[in-house]
Amino acid sequence: MTDMAASGADRPLLQAAGLTRRFGGLAAVQNVSIALRRGEVHAVIGTNGAGKSTLVNMLSGELAPSDGTIQLAGTDITRWSQPKRARAGIGRSYQRTNIFNEFSVFENARLSAQAAHQRVWALWQGARGCPHSSPVAASAIDAVGLGRHAAEPAGTLSHGGKRQLEIAMCLATRPQVLLLDEPLAGMGAEETERMLGLLGALKSKHAVLLVEHDMDAVFRIADRITVMVNGEVIASDAPEAIRRNADVRVAYLGEDA
Amino acid sequence: MTSTRAPASVPTASGGGGAVAPGAPAHGVLPAAAAPAARRSPAAALVPLVGLALLATVPFFAGEYLQDLVVKIMILAIFALSLELLAGTTGLVSLGHAAFLGIGAYAAVLLAPKTGAGSLPVMLGLSMLCAAAYALFVGALSLRTRGVYFIMVTLAFAQMAYFIFHDTKLGGGSDGIYLNVKPGLPDVLDLQNRNAFFYFALGALAATYGLLAALLRSRFGHALAGIRVNEQRMRAAGFRTYGYKLAAFVLAGALAGLAGFLIAVRDGFVNPEMLAWQESGTVLLMLILGGLGHLRGAVLGAIVFTLLKELYSSEGWVGPLAGHWQLTLGLTIIALVATMPKGLMGLPAQLRRRPRPVEAADDD
Amino acid sequence: MDLTTFLIQCLNAVQYGLLLFLLASGLTLIFGIMGVINLAHGSFYMLGAYLAFSLAPLFGPQFLVMLVCGALLSFVFGYLLEWAFFSYLYQRDHLQQVLMTYALILVFEELRSLLVGNDVHGVQAPAWLAGTIALGDRMTYPTYRLFASAACIVIAIGLYVVVNRTRLGMMIRAGASNRDMVRGLGIDITRLYRIVFAAGVALAALAGMIAAPLSSVYPGMGGSVLIICFVVVVIGGIGSITGALIASLMVGFVDTFGKVFFAELSGIGIYLLMAIILIWRPEGLAKRGA
Repeated sequence: MTDMAASGADRPLLQAAGLTRRFGGLAAVQNVSIALRRGEVHAVIGTNGAGKSTLVNMLSGELAPSDGTIQLAGTDITRWSQPKRARAGIGRSYQRTNIFNEFSVFENARLSAQAAHQRVWALWQGARGCPHSSPVAASAIDAVGLGRHAAEPAGTLSHGGKRQLEIAMCLATRPQVLLLDEPLAGMGAEETERMLGLLGALKSKHAVLLVEHDMDAVFRIADRITVMVNGEVIASDAPEAIRRNADVRVAYLGEDA
Repeated sequence: MTSTRAPASVPTASGGGGAVAPGAPAHGVLPAAAAPAARRSPAAALVPLVGLALLATVPFFAGEYLQDLVVKIMILAIFALSLELLAGTTGLVSLGHAAFLGIGAYAAVLLAPKTGAGSLPVMLGLSMLCAAAYALFVGALSLRTRGVYFIMVTLAFAQMAYFIFHDTKLGGGSDGIYLNVKPGLPDVLDLQNRNAFFYFALGALAATYGLLAALLRSRFGHALAGIRVNEQRMRAAGFRTYGYKLAAFVLAGALAGLAGFLIAVRDGFVNPEMLAWQESGTVLLMLILGGLGHLRGAVLGAIVFTLLKELYSSEGWVGPLAGHWQLTLGLTIIALVATMPKGLMGLPAQLRRRPRPVEAADDD
Repeated sequence: MDLTTFLIQCLNAVQYGLLLFLLASGLTLIFGIMGVINLAHGSFYMLGAYLAFSLAPLFGPQFLVMLVCGALLSFVFGYLLEWAFFSYLYQRDHLQQVLMTYALILVFEELRSLLVGNDVHGVQAPAWLAGTIALGDRMTYPTYRLFASAACIVIAIGLYVVVNRTRLGMMIRAGASNRDMVRGLGIDITRLYRIVFAAGVALAALAGMIAAPLSSVYPGMGGSVLIICFVVVVIGGIGSITGALIASLMVGFVDTFGKVFFAELSGIGIYLLMAIILIWRPEGLAKRGA
């Protein structure tokens, strides 16, 4: 794993510059730069088709950029595969719940945690007794509030429960950077509160990218907001400045010019 | 200010074309197999041991025909178990697994010393090594594909191996070749002896089953299961899934080679038809008959399939239909696959969910 | 190898490739549109060959008429087969489709055995197509092979026209990309699938009928051609008719010239080709969705 910067707050942990992604003739993302710092929640908002998911996929390594670079603590990771980035500390959660439905909640988290200590050769050792992944999984599950459901099949969780599990699986890989794609989607008020509380607690040790549509939540928790329209960044600033930004109000917040 | 909700957009996997949807199994769509084993009761773990003990008694009471049949089933069970690791656990549906069986068998004959008996451990090791080597070649290439492509590519590479043995001088052509002297361990094990061979095969089956059972419980096994259920998530967590799949492929090939070795030693003869694509289809059938995702399913499938085939081709049981066993067997397979998608192992759960008699074309 | 032999081999390669194309286009249509992998596709080829064997004596010189009749018969057969059996496979996963269609092969082989026996047969080309034709002043080439290539080209053009220029073709292409949308538009998707499947069967059977006078008609002929068909589809990309055409021709050339130069290893030539393509372009030659 790459070393943490000593004075993390100033230097960006994850820095993307000039990211572009073309599909055929269409540019889904055009010249987007973004910096994620430890101790900061950086929200990305935008209308449908703005390119937010494409951006997240490029940062996580699932999609190769047509142009641009990505750096993790100073190392160029633009060509790195997703598993390599994950082991280096980039974790993500998915917008559409992407869990192991057949396995128990605990196993979902444990398997994610196993990635850091794969120990393939130790064939005689049972996975469940793994001294590394088990405690990490337990703490991840408790952190999101799923402790009571640990033994249940993940597929039987409520929608909100599954979204929580998404986060737990992301946490179980002990990432430094969290790429969260609409974690609040489909959650009720109480669950949203709990999730926001969790995000608030997480941000001190992590750099968090938050793609969200829930504007109330975004303005409550974000330290920086980047606004995307049609694949391009039209504004990137502190929340109050974004709220006052005329372009943003017209393009996204739905107010008259 | 209103909260707007965007309709869910699907994160695309690498390539822009959306090769693997989130939550989709890796290689072709498979029925949901069982979760990793440890949830069964301790009593269930005794079943294989009891089975092993029962098998050990067979030479004492069985006649020649029955003992030969049991040996045949045991060897096929090893073959089925090897594919279970690949298709059942990891979700890689290979339609070319017979190639590795055939290579193991041919290696036993081709690499045997010109005169005298080969050393058993050496010959066995070489057979499995050759099968593993071809599995490495095939796996490295075919794992670059997914879904239906993967099925077709594995089939094609098996056919390639078939042609190598069928057309070239290497394999002795379509007639096959003979093993002059069976390998053995001097003073310890003489595989010419029928009973000795029985126990050797039984030992191989026990070792294979035990190895796979341990493997499935291990971290490696859990990772393979994770790849089957949701490969994309495994990659997101940090697993290099290609390497895992390749390892499973090679191991499965080596174990199939073990089964091939046993066949070569048992019969003293190998021919290219062992690698025919029909054989690959047959072993896949055994798996689904028994129930994918269970080691016991693989063994059960081998037993049931072999018995069915014996039944349908035996005039004593089906009379004049015996000559047309392909028809009866084919229709039976269709019926079984249609009515029991989870195989025999899945039957209790299937019956529990439907108190009425099981109907055809169930969508489980 | 002199020029004449080379040209003859080229023509042979093209002819073989075009026949493969007929087969592969049927397979790729069925898989591309309905998502069903069908191991029994080779059996339809065999069906065509045995149809030719049975019908040729009846039709005599009316070879073209026989082809059309055979195609129609196969179409009807495919239509009924889809209704009775294949329509149940759409919901099932690939593994079950593989096994059910594998079992279907066993059934077909046995039925063939019961109906026409296990002997190897030859089919005579009709008199007006037998013999050779002069190409230029140095070369003669079997007339029937030229006819076979021409027939395949005609059928291929017909296929192109239907898929790209007719309403039916438009529905087929729409159905390939978005089933639910097509259903929502009120198009009877069940009937559409049935027609597409029947067309796939007819194409395979046509290939078998045309090929019958060139190679013998024998049990198990379906199996060997099926796997080559798979290789073509892997190389060319699933669902791509253009890819199937290019790949078929490539396979035709590799196989034909492979037999000429490396008689012993000719069987494995096309698999090596496939291996090379896989190393270079795992998704096949055509871009997805072509």
